[in-house]
Amino acid sequence: MTITVTLNGKRITDDVAPDLLLYDWLRQKGCLSVKCGCETTNCGLCTVHVDGKPTLSCAMLAVRADKKTVTTLEGLQEEAIEFGGFMADEGAEQCGFCNPGFIMNVLAMKEEPDVYTWTDRQIKEYLEGNLCRCTGYAGHLRAIRRYLAARQEGMK
Amino acid sequence: MFTAGNYVVAKSLEEAYQLNQKKTAGILGGMLWMRTGKRRYSTLIDLSALGLDGIKETENELVIGAMVPLRELETNETLRTYYGDAFLEAVRHIVGTQFRHMATVGGSLFGRYGFSDVATIFLALDCTVELYHAGEVPIETFLAQKPDRDVLVAVHLKKTPCKVCYQSQRITETDFPVLTCAVSRQESGWVFAIGARPSIAKRIENTLPYAPTAEEIAAFVAHADETLSFDSNMRGSEEYRRHLTRVFVRRAIGQLMEETR
Repeated sequence: MTITVTLNGKRITDDVAPDLLLYDWLRQKGCLSVKCGCETTNCGLCTVHVDGKPTLSCAMLAVRADKKTVTTLEGLQEEAIEFGGFMADEGAEQCGFCNPGFIMNVLAMKEEPDVYTWTDRQIKEYLEGNLCRCTGYAGHLRAIRRYLAARQEGMK
Repeated sequence: MFTAGNYVVAKSLEEAYQLNQKKTAGILGGMLWMRTGKRRYSTLIDLSALGLDGIKETENELVIGAMVPLRELETNETLRTYYGDAFLEAVRHIVGTQFRHMATVGGSLFGRYGFSDVATIFLALDCTVELYHAGEVPIETFLAQKPDRDVLVAVHLKKTPCKVCYQSQRITETDFPVLTCAVSRQESGWVFAIGARPSIAKRIENTLPYAPTAEEIAAFVAHADETLSFDSNMRGSEEYRRHLTRVFVRRAIGQLMEETR
């Protein structure tokens, strides 16, 4: 089946099998930040943005991405480096395995209305679908708090 | 992961229905539960081009399309106006934000999953399920039926004034629930739905007056325990589920009486 996808700003037309997962297709296209961690749609490691919404690419068929805009970490390098810096400062990058999916979901979260007024609980709930095998989410939360504060400061 | 020979974006409900009459065909909802299976589908049917992904308000009801994602139930302002935080509370524990952007109302209901928070909340409300072939059927009738080859089009929520309380118990935050409980209080009386028993949600036959006394509440809690069936699984025992039901029903009655005081 033929699909046309805008992947990281580039329009791509391709022939895909009807049961090919978006995750597999993205890796075929060189987006190696996208990984499959759990196979049960629980860990969030494969998170990409589809038309701006955080989406589990391990649970979406590539054919369903037809005529859509898909963004992976490779397409958001500037923003990822910015937030990644806050994670590193707080020691939250740890082993790094979950970082691509986690960063993609944080970058989606920052577009939510009123995110700058969110409580810690709201942030944690938004990110519940991202599991870190090193655990210790305290550093992640500190990094997000500092990142949001810096962004808000930059808006003034 | 399943495999598939063909994929069709249906252009009409009639086309989707006809394609789905073949037993080896399957309709794609959010695909999240389906993805964990190993079935071979001859044709996957996608309803996403049929405009079923919105919540429409009419004079008497809210029409929730089958392809509305759970995240929309969580954040939709119209639902919040009529039902407070009940829908948010019902779906916020389901895996994660990305998952809820994908999982659909239709997929959650059509599978009649025992663990379904979505089935529990709708069962406590005045609503019907619109099927393409069978037409509108009451939600309790729909949930009691085995899945067939029909196509779920929408859920029709009547704008019956009510207060709703939703509770669930989980071993860990985003796990399947051990028990779910949704209660609504309408002028015509109370509606109680208990899910994750661990089988599909069921209503408790209501014997509670609109403004019950403490004795009537105690009698109803005992009645709920006696009339519903429960079972054990790896998440909890039958006895634990009975205990949770007594606690949740009592709490919900107290909360809703307080809210409407």
